[in-house]
Amino acid sequence: MAPQQSERKTYTTGSVKTGMTMTEKILARASEKQQLNPGDNVWVNVDILMTHDVCGPGSIGIFKKEFGEKAKVWDREKIVIIPDHYIFTSDERANRNVDILRDFCGEQNIKYFYDIKDLSNFQANPDYKGVCHVALAQEGHCRPGEVLLGTDSHTCTAGAFGQFATGIGNTDAGFVLGTGKVLLKVPPTLRFVMDGEMPHYLLAKDLILQIIGEISVAGATYKSMEFVGTTVESLNMEERMTLCNMVVEAGGKNGVVPADSTTFKYLEDKTSVPYEPVYSDAQASFLSEYRFDISKLEPLVAKPHSPDNRALARECKDVKIDRVYIGSCTGGKTEDFLAAAKVFLASRKKVDNKRMYV
Amino acid sequence: MAVSLSHVSYSATFTSSASKTTVSGPSLSPHSIKVPTFLPLTVKPLNSSFTPHGARAITIAPHATSTPSSIPSDTSTTTFHGLCYVVGDNIDTDQIIPAEYLTLVPSNPDEYEKLGSYALIGLPSSYATRFIEPNETKTKYSIVIGGANFGCGSSREHAPVALGAAGAKAVVAESYARIFFRNSVATGEVYPLESEVRICEECRTGDVVTIELGESRLINHTTGKEYKLKPIGDAGPVIEAGGIFAYARKTGMIPSLSK
Repeated sequence: MAPQQSERKTYTTGSVKTGMTMTEKILARASEKQQLNPGDNVWVNVDILMTHDVCGPGSIGIFKKEFGEKAKVWDREKIVIIPDHYIFTSDERANRNVDILRDFCGEQNIKYFYDIKDLSNFQANPDYKGVCHVALAQEGHCRPGEVLLGTDSHTCTAGAFGQFATGIGNTDAGFVLGTGKVLLKVPPTLRFVMDGEMPHYLLAKDLILQIIGEISVAGATYKSMEFVGTTVESLNMEERMTLCNMVVEAGGKNGVVPADSTTFKYLEDKTSVPYEPVYSDAQASFLSEYRFDISKLEPLVAKPHSPDNRALARECKDVKIDRVYIGSCTGGKTEDFLAAAKVFLASRKKVDNKRMYV
Repeated sequence: MAVSLSHVSYSATFTSSASKTTVSGPSLSPHSIKVPTFLPLTVKPLNSSFTPHGARAITIAPHATSTPSSIPSDTSTTTFHGLCYVVGDNIDTDQIIPAEYLTLVPSNPDEYEKLGSYALIGLPSSYATRFIEPNETKTKYSIVIGGANFGCGSSREHAPVALGAAGAKAVVAESYARIFFRNSVATGEVYPLESEVRICEECRTGDVVTIELGESRLINHTTGKEYKLKPIGDAGPVIEAGGIFAYARKTGMIPSLSK
């Protein structure tokens, strides 16, 4: 399916004098500029702001303090509120925080609030959608070319859709709630070209651990990471989300995968909002380019206590496993649980479920 | 644009990045030589093509609010002085404020204080001297010195807030994770400064230090050594204004209370 398009503007056609990267183009559109360069500081129009039960109450507190108790949010349809962190607990403060979100969504008539009321049975909550980054994608809030901010460092996950997505704090979120704008510095882009057929035993997690092992946990600080190449093109959306999710573990500001037919197909039944994908120009300048032949890569693990403490999985084959945890920001997708189940099945051994948390 | 104006009372503990740096109460530092002094503010625009009244400059329905009455500060005269607390590389937000305390909402004054009492509680036990001593709620260290990638991990604003609420005024690190740096600037809770060398290896917890922002200098009085700090860069105008809201009001991005 071809993406819905309106009139093509120069920032999408690339007919500008200086080439721009995808990230520069997205920010140019969002700041209504023809040309942006890394280092420029611009006020950017935000397409979607996501917040959850950990940072939502604080962001709401700042919004009310700064704009007034009766202030209205900038756009009730562009704010997505997803309680997901401290839900199935009897902790009073945690429950109160979800109540604060519910009250705010009611008072502001927020269109997208994924509420949970019955804590005894999550299936009794038709609106509850689980981990916010996964929910954003599944509910159709991630769209190519847009700017998505969230009060969670793993908001960069949405870059898988070819959009600019990054994490912000409560104060910035309080500002966005009132204005729909954020002050951003345009990051330079690191380009990661991954080519070759991906062996069936590899997952996107191996790709990103390979990269982080290469550039370190601060290797992309303040920078954008763009993932291209035949291997990336072969990944489904969930795998692209894993790749972009861990951009922040390399210190990155955002990660992007160019939108393609896989993206458009995924979005077909999820959003009716028109979107406009953008792509890096051929003459765009990248801070540096890294190339990987994925067909030769082996499964990887990150050893304690850092994501860049990379090792080959086979080097750790004799390490005794005390506990298993599957879920959260990077591994909370259905595909991740299936991948784990396949490993357990292949081992043909009984799994001690007392040591396993899913 | 007609906006109705209403005063909002600023809690003493939050928002006022202004009150964070204008130290007028009793200093937390036992060895205070001098408290920061400030000159009237001059806001410098960022070196961008910022257009406050651009083609689609926003019109805001919310009620305008007051700006903090005392805006900090020309950085040229700001100094921080006190004991330093020294940590290493990659101090993540889980060490600064562990996830179990994140149900505390920073914009609530009581919970803000509580957050402060847990600052850096996630550091491993190898840190024999704790940032906050047992049965205390504030730190005696007003300056935190770290290595590379300080504040990596989650986007929780609770991290700079916890440090600020505990009584820290500034962090000096070799480098920062960007969201921590940004949150520090946006909230004005702690002043995030970068050193040119790894001073975390040359300073020890308990050393008496002074930071002179105007001179971009850190002096360790205990060892007698001086270090150069990197200029604050593009975040300077936002910090000088007193955070993102104050900056936006000063530059006409959002309405201010007319006097």
